[in-house]
Amino acid sequence: MSQIQLAKEERIGFKSPITMASIGVFVIIFFGVLGREGETVFEISRRADLIQLPSISIGSSSLGWVSGILLLLIAGYSLSSSLKNRKTPLWVSVLYGAIGVIALLGWLAAGNQVPLTFIIGTSLVLAVPIVLGAMGGLMCERVGVTNIAIEAQLLAGAFMAAVVSSITDNFFLGLISAMIGGALVSLVLAVFAIKYLAQQIIVGVVLNVLVIGITSFLFQQWLTQDAENVNFPGTLDIIKIPFLSDIPVIGPVIFENRITVFVALIFVPTLYFILFRTKLGLRARAVGEHPLAADTVGINVGRTRFWWVTMGGMSAGLGGAALTIGNAGAFGREMAGGFGFIALAVVILGRWHPISAALAALLFGFSIILRVWANQVSPGIPTDFIIMVPYVVTVIAVVAFVGQSRPPKALAIPYTKG
Amino acid sequence: MSESPDRFSQALKEILSGGFTRTVLSIILGFLVGALFMIGSDKAFIESLGYFFSRPGDALGAAFAVVTEGYGSLFRGSIFNGEAETFEKAIRPLTETLRLAAPLILAGLGIGLTFRVGMFNIGGTGQIISGMIWATFVATRLELPFIIHTVVAVIAGVLGAALLGALTGFLKARTGAHEVILTIMFNYIMFNFFNFLLKDPLLLGEEASTGNAKADPAAASAVLPKILGDNYNLHWGFILALAAVFAFWWLMERSTIGFRLRMVGENPDAARSAGVSVERVYILAMGLSAAFVGLAAANQSLASPLGLFPSAHANIGFDAITVALLGGSNAPGILLAGLLFGAFKAGAPSMQVFGVSPEVLGIVQGAIVLFIAAPPLIRMLFRLPPPQTTSVLSDIRQKLMRRGGAK
Repeated sequence: MSQIQLAKEERIGFKSPITMASIGVFVIIFFGVLGREGETVFEISRRADLIQLPSISIGSSSLGWVSGILLLLIAGYSLSSSLKNRKTPLWVSVLYGAIGVIALLGWLAAGNQVPLTFIIGTSLVLAVPIVLGAMGGLMCERVGVTNIAIEAQLLAGAFMAAVVSSITDNFFLGLISAMIGGALVSLVLAVFAIKYLAQQIIVGVVLNVLVIGITSFLFQQWLTQDAENVNFPGTLDIIKIPFLSDIPVIGPVIFENRITVFVALIFVPTLYFILFRTKLGLRARAVGEHPLAADTVGINVGRTRFWWVTMGGMSAGLGGAALTIGNAGAFGREMAGGFGFIALAVVILGRWHPISAALAALLFGFSIILRVWANQVSPGIPTDFIIMVPYVVTVIAVVAFVGQSRPPKALAIPYTKG
Repeated sequence: MSESPDRFSQALKEILSGGFTRTVLSIILGFLVGALFMIGSDKAFIESLGYFFSRPGDALGAAFAVVTEGYGSLFRGSIFNGEAETFEKAIRPLTETLRLAAPLILAGLGIGLTFRVGMFNIGGTGQIISGMIWATFVATRLELPFIIHTVVAVIAGVLGAALLGALTGFLKARTGAHEVILTIMFNYIMFNFFNFLLKDPLLLGEEASTGNAKADPAAASAVLPKILGDNYNLHWGFILALAAVFAFWWLMERSTIGFRLRMVGENPDAARSAGVSVERVYILAMGLSAAFVGLAAANQSLASPLGLFPSAHANIGFDAITVALLGGSNAPGILLAGLLFGAFKAGAPSMQVFGVSPEVLGIVQGAIVLFIAAPPLIRMLFRLPPPQTTSVLSDIRQKLMRRGGAK
């Protein structure tokens, strides 16, 4: 049985090229052949930018044709890798996704402008809570603890950030207490999962109920009564990094942001480095893959899991702060609104890898802004389907790429010595 | 005879270490946690803390007042309102509790079924929406005679939900994808799909569309009839729930299918060796689970006087998880747990009137189930004996049964 599974995992298979090719054909047919009339104007620079680049104008349906063909070419490249029994490299998938996104934008905005900088920048800002939540989930899952409670950690972080920043007038304290809030929720998960050997998925679900209850209660009973003093934090200042922020597109998108965005941008590669390039990360992964072996070579499984889960909670808590003081300002009831569950999907879509997970989070952030924007440029299009896309992609990824997306082996299994 | 005190203490130990004691203690603790939050956020209490050491009585009095008033208004809003003018009005809260408990019980049975098979169905929301789509379609778009219309709509709701559940089970069985992720994703997919359907008058939207996402109310011939006349909202959904509780009990404890389901839950490898197709059981379990959830969907679709809004799933899918956990995934337990949380829903408005945010009930609900989820914690807190491997209690029970049978 296990040998058959192993053989399955070693064979790369043709699922990626097939999926890629079918989406390419879809793009050619719907965006090219049946495409919409009119020119699409891609605005590269904002009016306030120092360096002005001309806008690019292209017929909507011809863009559909061009991008469809490019997508098919990439599918061909993926096919050739599969024939050589090699995985399709990550940068190819990213390129594929980027072209697909441009095709979609071009189709939606036929006869309109596409504010490219605005869309990419907002996607990033919206993706930050998801990214940080996903990193939190990933840190838990890499050591073998399922974290369904990301939603609860985001909420706790969002609440603490808003309230503490309001009371102390100090954003730094707000950020710290957001991390503490997330960590406290994680602590309960860690203690229940590691010490009391409770079902991790159940504890996660229940923690969500509990934290939604607590934050909603305090919001109703306290924050709405005394909003000026306890729920009026304002937002973090936008930091402009000199010179770098003047680069077209990349500058405003990346180098002109709030601290939460910068932290996320730095944390993702750092986590990648720690997980895959340091002894600490190797130990963590060993605990998640084979706790018995890790225990045998002297790694304290319980303690490792405990610390990683707690630190994961801090990351998710910071993600919560990005929701309030990093974007909206005040705390709102159940304001995480499912971001925690999206983060869970992102971990899987990203195959438990920080960088791919962050990219997947960007896809979700993009889908959120796309819905808002698409409603404005072409009101007739049912945006409900656009929102669905990332979820459908996740289902396809979990179902079709099962051989390639493998969770840590000891995930959700409590470890008892003996 | 000399062993009888020993047997007595052993029986007591079994009771103390058993699930019943733990459940009761968890519920008490949950209410205590809720009380702490109520006290902590009470203005009179906080003010009296300023001079706590000179007059501690004030603080304690304020704390006592807010808790008794808070839970008192919960009781008056959910069970019996002693302040009402007539008896009919006084017992109205109880009927509201029964009405609101029905979908929780129905969906709780569904979620509990998957727990028994060792699976997690987090997709109650998606399945309930899928069921509501089908049931609402039958109830608002077809014309059928009385009773038959209701029955067809209920069946449609069950089928709609069960198909989505079975699809999840199928995907898990075929590809090994984890059902937790699949069900969460289907929740969002179904929610947005439902939203889309409700906006379009040609699909499920109101025929006299106002542009809002909303369905027409069910046709008069399809509505679940009221049980106690027009003065009470209680409808046949609750009878449906009672029937479902019995069906669930029979299915899980008496039928061959239930035996197979439990077998996979206990030990999938052993079940496989015994010739059970575990993959097929996954599909069956998810399908059956969602079928129960589908009954809750029919309850929502066929008893809503205004017609469905996108939020008609009312978070039942997630509440059902807490119901199933508190109920220990067995039929009578789920019935009682559903009634408790149904009472929370019924009592919320009257707490609001008193000035205690009913959100505190969410805290109570979460805390109860959190304590349930970790038996060792409760055991440690109350110094209960560890789980007993003896069977003194069941021996006594059997002896009593036999004596009764011999008569």
